[in-house]
Amino acid sequence: MEPGGAQLMRRLPRKDAVIIGLGWTGAIMGHELCQAGLEVVALERGPWRDTASDFNIGTAPDELRYGIRGELFLNNSQDSVTARNKMDQVALPIRKWGSFLPGNGVGGSGVHWNGHTWRFLPSDFNILSHYRERYGEGIFPENHSIQDWGISYDELEPYYDKFEYLAGISGQAGNINGEIQPGGNPFEGRRQRGYPTPPLKGQHAQDLFSKAATELGFKPFPMPSANISQAYTNPLGVTLAPCTYCGFCERFGCANYSKASPQTTVLPVLMRHPGFEARTQCEVVRVLKSSDGKTATGVVYIDAQGQEWEQPADLVIMAAYQLWNVRLMLYSGIGKPYDPSTGEGVVGRNYAYQANSSVNGFFDNTHAFNHWAGAGSLGITADEYNGDNFDHTGLNFVGGANINCTSFHARPISARPIPPGTPRWGSAWKKATREAYNTFANVGSQGSVMSFRDNYLDLDPTYKDRLGRPLLRMTFDFKPNEERMSAYVTEKMVPIMRAMGAKQIVANPKKGPWNVVPYQTTHNTGGAVMGDNPRTSAVNKYLQVWDMPNVFVLGASAFPQNAGYNPTGTVGALTYLAADAIVSQYLKNPGQPLVQA
Amino acid sequence: MRARLLAALAGLSLLAGGPARAAPDNFDQVERGRYLVVLGDCVACHMSTSGNHEGSQGFVGGRPIETPFGNIVTPNITPDRATGIGTWSADDFYRAMHEGVRPNGAHLYPAFPYTYFTRMPRADTDAILAYLNTLEPVNNAVDRNTLPFPFNIRASMLAWNALFFEPGEFRPDPNRSAEWNRGAYIVEGPAHCGACHTPKNLAGADRTSEHFVGGPLQGWFATNLTGDQRTGLGAWSVEEIVEYLGKGRNARSAASGPMAEVVEYSTSLMSEADLRAIAVYLKEPPVAAPAAPARTALAGDNTQMVTGEAIYLDRCMACHRRDGEGVPRMFPRLAGSQVVQQEGNETLLRVVLQGVRAAYSPHAPTSPAMPAFGWRLNDDQTAAVTTYIRNAWGNAAPAVTAADAGRMRDLLRDRP
Repeated sequence: MEPGGAQLMRRLPRKDAVIIGLGWTGAIMGHELCQAGLEVVALERGPWRDTASDFNIGTAPDELRYGIRGELFLNNSQDSVTARNKMDQVALPIRKWGSFLPGNGVGGSGVHWNGHTWRFLPSDFNILSHYRERYGEGIFPENHSIQDWGISYDELEPYYDKFEYLAGISGQAGNINGEIQPGGNPFEGRRQRGYPTPPLKGQHAQDLFSKAATELGFKPFPMPSANISQAYTNPLGVTLAPCTYCGFCERFGCANYSKASPQTTVLPVLMRHPGFEARTQCEVVRVLKSSDGKTATGVVYIDAQGQEWEQPADLVIMAAYQLWNVRLMLYSGIGKPYDPSTGEGVVGRNYAYQANSSVNGFFDNTHAFNHWAGAGSLGITADEYNGDNFDHTGLNFVGGANINCTSFHARPISARPIPPGTPRWGSAWKKATREAYNTFANVGSQGSVMSFRDNYLDLDPTYKDRLGRPLLRMTFDFKPNEERMSAYVTEKMVPIMRAMGAKQIVANPKKGPWNVVPYQTTHNTGGAVMGDNPRTSAVNKYLQVWDMPNVFVLGASAFPQNAGYNPTGTVGALTYLAADAIVSQYLKNPGQPLVQA
Repeated sequence: MRARLLAALAGLSLLAGGPARAAPDNFDQVERGRYLVVLGDCVACHMSTSGNHEGSQGFVGGRPIETPFGNIVTPNITPDRATGIGTWSADDFYRAMHEGVRPNGAHLYPAFPYTYFTRMPRADTDAILAYLNTLEPVNNAVDRNTLPFPFNIRASMLAWNALFFEPGEFRPDPNRSAEWNRGAYIVEGPAHCGACHTPKNLAGADRTSEHFVGGPLQGWFATNLTGDQRTGLGAWSVEEIVEYLGKGRNARSAASGPMAEVVEYSTSLMSEADLRAIAVYLKEPPVAAPAAPARTALAGDNTQMVTGEAIYLDRCMACHRRDGEGVPRMFPRLAGSQVVQQEGNETLLRVVLQGVRAAYSPHAPTSPAMPAFGWRLNDDQTAAVTTYIRNAWGNAAPAVTAADAGRMRDLLRDRP
């Protein structure tokens, strides 16, 4: 041991691949690489978590412990980010998560998600060329950096299918091989087959929405759900059980083996794979490079005792959460950092988020919504105003949102819907709470966020983490494009709520400035985006770093901008795409770029 | 394919009766030995106390085997000359397997199931030794004399053997099919199923008149394997038995506790033909089993039933369903379950109080867990809910008392 307690770094035996982070992307990639015969180690900075040991049915649905105190989330004393809305502001650190909730530990955010499992629309992938062709250059907002993904929906379709069948997703197909299916989403891209399990059973709110929206000309369909409707055994042989509609999904681990997560779909097989090893409480601090800077040679990580280790590896897979992938690239000097003043550089570029809105309805007491019997993705959706499913001529914005009516929980601490004007305490508040708890329903929208030159990620000049490394700095705001989109779509939601029969309606379209305090969504995207041009993307269409071919960066960090859907389905599909490219192309000729720059 | 080949080889040895001709490199014999070690579930007792059972670690010994007379620690059976069986000849090994006697003349205790292994022909014990001799020798000295007085006097086994032990190789029944005979050989020989599933007398020997009726075992209740409809395998089809042994679960049940180890180290690695042979034999026992006592379900208005149902609805129903049907291959079916209707309530109490994890097998990797409820149910509540489960949905079994629950709680506290 050196003076001051620092220990010398120790070098470990080489592995074929090192995976940073053991959530959805790390687990899927780990399994695919092990199946191809590679020796793989996954390094996870959080704790081990498993259904049997950690999500006991007697303790998992504990709202105070998990919902309010956030036990499954990254501890802010371990790591955080700084945030600001504009480039001329000083960013401040987030000391308690609010707007978004990054997961921690094995399974990552895949443990505590709600389970909405979407495919993006075909036109989401070529959004720039599609809008340009349909509407002309004038449709694009000022200062935007919207770009195509470098991949088409059809190329990604087999991998969407693979992820959905891994996870047992419950839903109703809308388009099988070009044939529109009754009861499904008529706007979705062509899929090769239906969902592996049928939709969940709707509640009173979904029935009302379905009837009201249909009368108004919408074509509502069941939300595709990773809280699955019936027992299902996936292609790996792992079995999930039917959802019990307990409503403890988002912020919680599922105790009933009913929500698709790495734990319920991949890890039971992966953890016993002879080629696989997972080390928990091990935080990767940087990726090591060869002396010519063209190849990664492994990673350095710190274990729970503070010991520093070098793990050499031929292949480095960055599978951490979107924010931490970007930060690790910046620390390690992988890819050129983005500079908003010149628009040059790629790492940190095109950070985006999600612009959600809601329309709340208060009904008379002939309605009993009983959201208590809910599920994370128990919902019904209408997609008429998502993506480019509607004519944007004259609307002055790009993008859209899906419109949902969900019954995902009525947990006693946080489910306190009260009409505006109700006092915040006292007998009037109690009376309103009592009346509204079971007579309240919500219609929400999950809106796209486009990319802009001044929404980006870089390293904070002031604040450092416990290891003395600069925190990641987020510079983000909702732009007029997103506000106009949200106002437009929210306006379309109000008549549905009216037709559902609400006696009082409160509409909340998304408005800036972005506030880090109230929870909005954990759909942070971009920063290491994919594309067909190394000047505007950090990774190619196989998520391979352009100028460091033995590094692949998985996850929503690859989204060039965000669509009007939850990201996990696309994250899973891109992971399978990258895994297939590594196994069927890269390993035959290691160290080579799969796409020529 | 490989499993089928091995099954064919194993079958050959049984039918041929004499020593099989070894291939020049001994491969056939070693492979047959390896498969016989699977049939015998040797690893479950002889594996390292660390839980590692890869290669030689599956045979280094040191695990304490709980018996009513005290713990017996298993020996090192790797070919280490100092601490294992590296100096043993094939004759020595056959004698140990066949008569329960070590090369130095000392008697083995029947916790080592030579009372079953005696059914194995010489060719099979030779093959096992040939396989064990391919393992890396591991030096691991094990204290083999852990029993208290007077059970530590090994010579006492002379008298025991005279009373309870009938040595002799398996003799096929010419009136039965080859499949049935293969099953009989595996069950009564290497797989030694009766070692757990046949009740023991005061001396620890099988009560032969109660073959396979099940009984208390190390804080569990080994289930009835007779054809009894309610508590035995009467309602199970051959296919269901094959699936259970091969995968550790079927639409009715999930292997857990000691049976989970049997599945993981033995039956899940057996060939499907052998599993089918076992099932055929169990479904057609050579001697009719004694009838299990008839039971009538407790009335629905019984106080324990009323309380138990309320607890069941709050605590159990999400997985096991209102109608006790469970979720096939995930959460066991309680309605009609043989496990919950056994005469002894040990397994049910233990699972409710302590929780349990279902067997892992490569064919059923999920290995779901039942959480512990001991921290949130008191003895009265535990007794009520287990009584309800034993008497709801057409089930019928003796009521469970709070004293039973308390005893199991004490047992689990002492030996978690």
